[in-house]
Amino acid sequence: MKIAARETQGSTIFDVSGDIDLAHSPEMRKALLGEIKEKKVPKVFLNLREVRYIDSSGIASLVEGLKASRDVGSRLILFGLSTSVREVMQLSRLQKIFEIYDSEEQALAS
Amino acid sequence: MKKSGGRLPKGFDSDTLVKLEMESNPECLCLVRATVERASEVLHFQESETRAIVRSVDEALANVMRHAYKGAPGRPIEITCRRVRSPENGREPVGIEILLHDRGAKADPKKLKGRPLDEIRPGGLGLHFIRESMDVVEFSRKNGKNQLRLLKYLHPAAHKARSVGE
Repeated sequence: MKIAARETQGSTIFDVSGDIDLAHSPEMRKALLGEIKEKKVPKVFLNLREVRYIDSSGIASLVEGLKASRDVGSRLILFGLSTSVREVMQLSRLQKIFEIYDSEEQALAS
Repeated sequence: MKKSGGRLPKGFDSDTLVKLEMESNPECLCLVRATVERASEVLHFQESETRAIVRSVDEALANVMRHAYKGAPGRPIEITCRRVRSPENGREPVGIEILLHDRGAKADPKKLKGRPLDEIRPGGLGLHFIRESMDVVEFSRKNGKNQLRLLKYLHPAAHKARSVGE
């Protein structure tokens, strides 16, 4: 898994690629919580277009990020979900809990 | 995976596709996912079914590492993928069976039920993914080893109909 951060209009966009599994989800969790809880960035976007695989530990990291964003009054926004990620979100029945957009443009405009 | 001109290694039979031994190291999960993906493709599972099989094995291995071995590295896990043949003619492949063996702590039956999905909280989803994805999920323990047996049919409806009729 690779995770790279970009800044735009006071928000952070994380571009994630590869597999978010038991070995790598702690890295994503740390990055997310760092932006949300420590830096208190008002909007954190997660670009999941290049994610081939996400497991339940990855989903748990996203849920933790979502809860942290609600606690501090910020937003965690997902976009570009691959088929594999979309399937897992549906299996978890979490697709309605998260803010999810197809493209970066739509996510930024939200 | 049959050796030509020689005896099969111990534990193999003609329907064993692949047998792996790994350590409880999360960095190795990607290797198992790739292998299980190819094994499922060999049996002509559709892409979405292959993803479901891979997801189940990955989640099961993660559970072994986190719960049975409590995060300890370097503990042994065995994975066997087998072709399941039709009970009627003994030839036609009808599914894939995956056996996972570990020497970790005995699984707590209460924790094998998963959790309600209406609770929005991290954790506890892995078992739900496995049960949603596979046709048979069986836990057992023998001689100090946990065994998880996962089975997915190529055409589950046919097997459901057969078992109802029996």
